[in-house]
Amino acid sequence: MMLLPCPWCGPRNVSEFRYAGEAGTRPEPGQATPEQWRRYLYFHTNPAGWVRESWYHGAGCRRYFPLERHTVSNETRATGESR
Amino acid sequence: MTQQTARTTAATAIDRMRLGPQPGEVIDRSATFRFRWNGREYPAHPGDTIVSALAAAGERVFSRSYKYHRPRGVLTASYLDPGAMVQVGDEPNVRGAHRLVEAGMDVRSQNTWPSLRFDVKAVNGLAGRFLSTGFYYKTFIKPERLWPAYEKVLQRFVHAGQVSPDTPHGYYDKRYAHPDVLVAGGGPAGLSAAVAAARAGAQVMLVEEEHQLGGHLRWGGEADLALLSELTGLVAATPGIEVLTDSVVLGRYDDNWVAVVQRNLPGVGERLIKARAKTIVAAPGLIERPYVFDGNDTPGVMLSTAVRRLINLHAVRPGRRAVVLSANADGDTAAADLARVGVDVARVVDARTGGDVVRALGRKNLRAVELGDGSTVECDLLVTATGWTAPTSLLNMSGDKPVYDPRAARFVPDPSQLPDDMLPAGGIAGDGTVAQLVDHADAVGRKAARRAAGTAAGWHATVPTRRDTDKADTVQDRDDEVEVPELEMAAHPEMFRAATHGIVDFSEDVSSKDLHAAVKEGYGSVELVKRYTTATMGPPQGKLETVNTVAIVAEATGSTVAQTGTTTWRPPYAPVTLGALAGRIFEPVRYSPMQPWHEAHSAAPLVAGQWIRPDHYGDPDAEVRAVREGVGIIDVTPIGKLDLRGPDVAKLLNLLYVNKWSKLGIGRVRYGVMCADDGVVMDDGVTGRLGAEHYLMSTTSSGAAAVWEWVENWLQTEHPEWDVHVTPVTTAYASINVAGPRSRELVGRLAEGVDLDPETFGYMQVRTGTVAGVEDCVLWRIGFTGELSYELHVPAAHGLHVWEALAEAGSDLGVAAFGVEAQRILRLEKGHLIVGQDTDGLTQAYSAGLDWAIKLDKDDFVGKPELAWQAQHADYPKLVGLQPVDPAVVPPEASQIITETCSQGRSINPETCSQGRSINTPGSRIAGRITSSRHSPTLGRAICLGQLEPALATPGTEVTVRLPDGRDITARVTEHLAAVDPEGHRQHVVSGDASDDSHRHSRGAARSPIAPAEPRDEVHGWEVSARRSTAELTISDATPLAKIAVRAPVGGAMQQALGVPFGRMARDRDGALVIGSGPGEWLVLAPAGTGASTRQRLEGAADGLDEFATVTDLTHGRALMRLCGARSADLLAKVCGVDLSDAVTPEGAAFRTSVARLVTDVVRDDSGTAPGYLLHCERSSGQYLFDALLDAGAEFGIEIDGFSTAGI
Ligand SMILES: [Zn+2]
Repeated sequence: MMLLPCPWCGPRNVSEFRYAGEAGTRPEPGQATPEQWRRYLYFHTNPAGWVRESWYHGAGCRRYFPLERHTVSNETRATGESR
Repeated sequence: MTQQTARTTAATAIDRMRLGPQPGEVIDRSATFRFRWNGREYPAHPGDTIVSALAAAGERVFSRSYKYHRPRGVLTASYLDPGAMVQVGDEPNVRGAHRLVEAGMDVRSQNTWPSLRFDVKAVNGLAGRFLSTGFYYKTFIKPERLWPAYEKVLQRFVHAGQVSPDTPHGYYDKRYAHPDVLVAGGGPAGLSAAVAAARAGAQVMLVEEEHQLGGHLRWGGEADLALLSELTGLVAATPGIEVLTDSVVLGRYDDNWVAVVQRNLPGVGERLIKARAKTIVAAPGLIERPYVFDGNDTPGVMLSTAVRRLINLHAVRPGRRAVVLSANADGDTAAADLARVGVDVARVVDARTGGDVVRALGRKNLRAVELGDGSTVECDLLVTATGWTAPTSLLNMSGDKPVYDPRAARFVPDPSQLPDDMLPAGGIAGDGTVAQLVDHADAVGRKAARRAAGTAAGWHATVPTRRDTDKADTVQDRDDEVEVPELEMAAHPEMFRAATHGIVDFSEDVSSKDLHAAVKEGYGSVELVKRYTTATMGPPQGKLETVNTVAIVAEATGSTVAQTGTTTWRPPYAPVTLGALAGRIFEPVRYSPMQPWHEAHSAAPLVAGQWIRPDHYGDPDAEVRAVREGVGIIDVTPIGKLDLRGPDVAKLLNLLYVNKWSKLGIGRVRYGVMCADDGVVMDDGVTGRLGAEHYLMSTTSSGAAAVWEWVENWLQTEHPEWDVHVTPVTTAYASINVAGPRSRELVGRLAEGVDLDPETFGYMQVRTGTVAGVEDCVLWRIGFTGELSYELHVPAAHGLHVWEALAEAGSDLGVAAFGVEAQRILRLEKGHLIVGQDTDGLTQAYSAGLDWAIKLDKDDFVGKPELAWQAQHADYPKLVGLQPVDPAVVPPEASQIITETCSQGRSINPETCSQGRSINTPGSRIAGRITSSRHSPTLGRAICLGQLEPALATPGTEVTVRLPDGRDITARVTEHLAAVDPEGHRQHVVSGDASDDSHRHSRGAARSPIAPAEPRDEVHGWEVSARRSTAELTISDATPLAKIAVRAPVGGAMQQALGVPFGRMARDRDGALVIGSGPGEWLVLAPAGTGASTRQRLEGAADGLDEFATVTDLTHGRALMRLCGARSADLLAKVCGVDLSDAVTPEGAAFRTSVARLVTDVVRDDSGTAPGYLLHCERSSGQYLFDALLDAGAEFGIEIDGFSTAGI
């Protein structure tokens, strides 16, 4: 059970959180081509390394926050602009 | 031998191997009791293990080996002893050399048939040469059809005990712990490290697998015993050390999450401790390694540590005439111990000068030993001391890969790979005198404490629950690292196998010959050899046999031990019961306030997610008829409800729903559909506008939580600039749908201040008013059932009262309660879809019959790009109404609709056609499915909804539905989704007189979701328990307190006014308790009955501020309880994973976390010197949480205390 550093609550068990996906920017729906839109919906980089993710502290402060996580070691680091 | 003589012999045999008192013995000779072994009685003293008591009586054989059924005796005299697995009562696989024997215990041998003495399966041993390597794999593989028969044969041979299906369920426990330093192993190094860490200020958890602390000091000489008493004395005298004996660390996971199983507890099977250790000191000691030679498993061949345990701990003479093979000091000490207690030491063979054994002779008992010098010595005991295995499991689980040191003849940790939070001490770290090892561990303990303090400082800086005065106190100079002395590795001869072959894995009966054979067959890697031969896969899990296995594979492959490498140590380190892993089961359930009525009226319960709902009250068809003909009431409390406030709510609704919201007037209700970004239907429901900036959104029951998170996600991450506050109020309201042509009449009898005239209160409108004397009810005129209906949202504590009032006031109208099943029939008759049933994870909105709702001319809404695409490419499945031609056949839901493949006709998209899946009939494929189906009591026929390919979706088309039994039936696509009243006339039926408001109603007492313990009383309009308890630990229901939620910007003016930041609690001037429950979120608790005035006071405070702040009364939406007493933190630690220490959550701390798997607000609110906690959760789970806390508190003698009126 890894710890996640919630920027509001401090370190908590990961079971209190919900993974809300790889953080990405939603394209402007009016302007995006179908291809760009579907790239946004369905394509993820899934690197073996640092990845920027969004997490939701559902059993805690109930805030969404960005987090950088290393997918190999599960090391985490705050993004510095979480709150 | 006759029975008579057998008995006489046995009687004289009793205790014949028990020695006189030994200085370090752990048995209590002042008491003697009896237990049974294979039906015969034996004496024992307290402190004896099963095996030591039997060995004292002269027994030498405790089991038969797995494959060859060879007799097995003591090998290690420890938990790992492979020959000492026994059955105790109905408990199989008990470690007989570890488990303490108890009076009256019924112990039996395992894996013997028909008896330990005469075992027919031992024929396997004679046929040993036919049981080749991989025997089980090779022999029983083919032909496959014979596998069931093989299984029956194999079951006979399984080396395990008997599990009884009649064994009663045990009570297993669980708790969380947050030690600064966890010390795994209570030998001299572990004791020293624990004391050093605790002296340095750390909270220490010391875990020892055996029954006493001390490790090998316990079976040592005078100096060892003196050190033992000194170290255990220090442990007892040093504050901050929690000692767990007969407990073992099972594994280490991410961020030092450690599982510890605690055994031997009164009244509890086992307890699993989930510990978050800031640092771990791994001090498991060394495990003595068996030696491989011919006959090495003969009873009477023992390790030196086994002999020393038997003599010094249990005062048992291991044999009468001994040969000792010694490669180290411990072997020499064993020889000295034997001589001291009068065993005839016939020969000490010194391996350091080339001495060796060749084979052991004897079958049930050792008879003689053939030595390397050619001599044969008669003896009944052969002691081997040939080396050590370092159990590096915990280090491996931290990422370390041990390396082989040939000079020391064992694997040692590679310090370069160890993370900072894992520190080895004692034998796995190196060799030295006991004094050197203790010094080293002392430094390691100090270092561990220092590193833990550094970690704690980092954590403490980020938790909001500490007081301002707590902030600075733990930050220490982290650079001031402790100097840890180096431990030398002592030279040790490399001894794995003698000149002969013998057993390597005693549990799995794998010999060195088998390993050679496996290598010859091509299995060169030790990981493959392990799996092929099953070596290291038995109960000791490699702790005895891994290194020998590696060494023998190395010798067979012509490589070195270092090149061969070791197998991976994985958790669990020791076996654990499934009961301990499961622990107490936490499954939160939710009940509506009307549950007592449902139970009293024999509702059939339906489990819907966490909700327990009435499925029906006996006859769903009759319930349907009552609604269609008169009036019915249904409890729809689980419908998700979100209270939305703020100037930007309309913007939010416009973004999240596919339809338009900007023009919804006050007092109006609209149906809305939400899609995800991929256009797939996510949820639906109606949302009403109660005021200019106040809306109430409803969601599906199952989607409530997800929609709330969804809404928050858009507000928090995409539109933080919008002023909207969302509060879940699902259980703040009891929701009752009153449906049927006479519903207006019934509601009219109870409603006050609401004009029900159909002209003024039209379809899809909302009003607020008083119902049955209950103020602040929300009334929606909507119609899921298709009938005229009113949905009443009643402040939850009065829900039962309003429900009962409806049932009573409508008795002359024939009002019937209806359940979920009748509602499903009614809505299906009306053709209303259920998201998740008539849609699935791929159903985009146009495929859900929602074309009319989707407004592609809106600038943006979630899902729009995909829906625009779907609209352009019209080839998508459609939701259609279907009626089987035979009205009596109801095709089960999920029945497939099939059609011929494209070659035989219809113009269908060739792409989908080529992908068409055949369903058993050549030439046919799936074209859709039945999503909902029921027999309609109104129409007297089967009706369905289904998803269908567009080409088949034209009304009137006949399609083939394949039933699960393979029959095909024909169904016709209908004109409308609705089978009953497609024109919607029934919404507007006018019947009865709605203005009968002849009497005023009293609202009755408000009710908590937690049933009050007797005696009961009424306080401030609430029914409460008047029980008084003087117990040390109490729990009381505090639900009647007013609970007001405040939302405002973090760090803004409102926060200033409230005076409490997130994470803290304080009492204000007016005697209210202000809790910083979330970032920008406060909960204000005030005396019972002051909800309205407290809300007004807070609204007044918010009004004058230049920021967006809202106030919501949640008194009815939440349950509140108080734990009080010195052990309340211990209780909470059994259900809550947050650190409850003063360092993290001191008095005044407020935090939200999972308690018994329920999201709960916890507030530390001590009263005087007694610690206490307030717990606050969703109302519907109040009884669940209360019961879970009572269960967790049983061991502390918790009692229920009644409601206290003495302030908050
Ligand atoms: Zn949080």
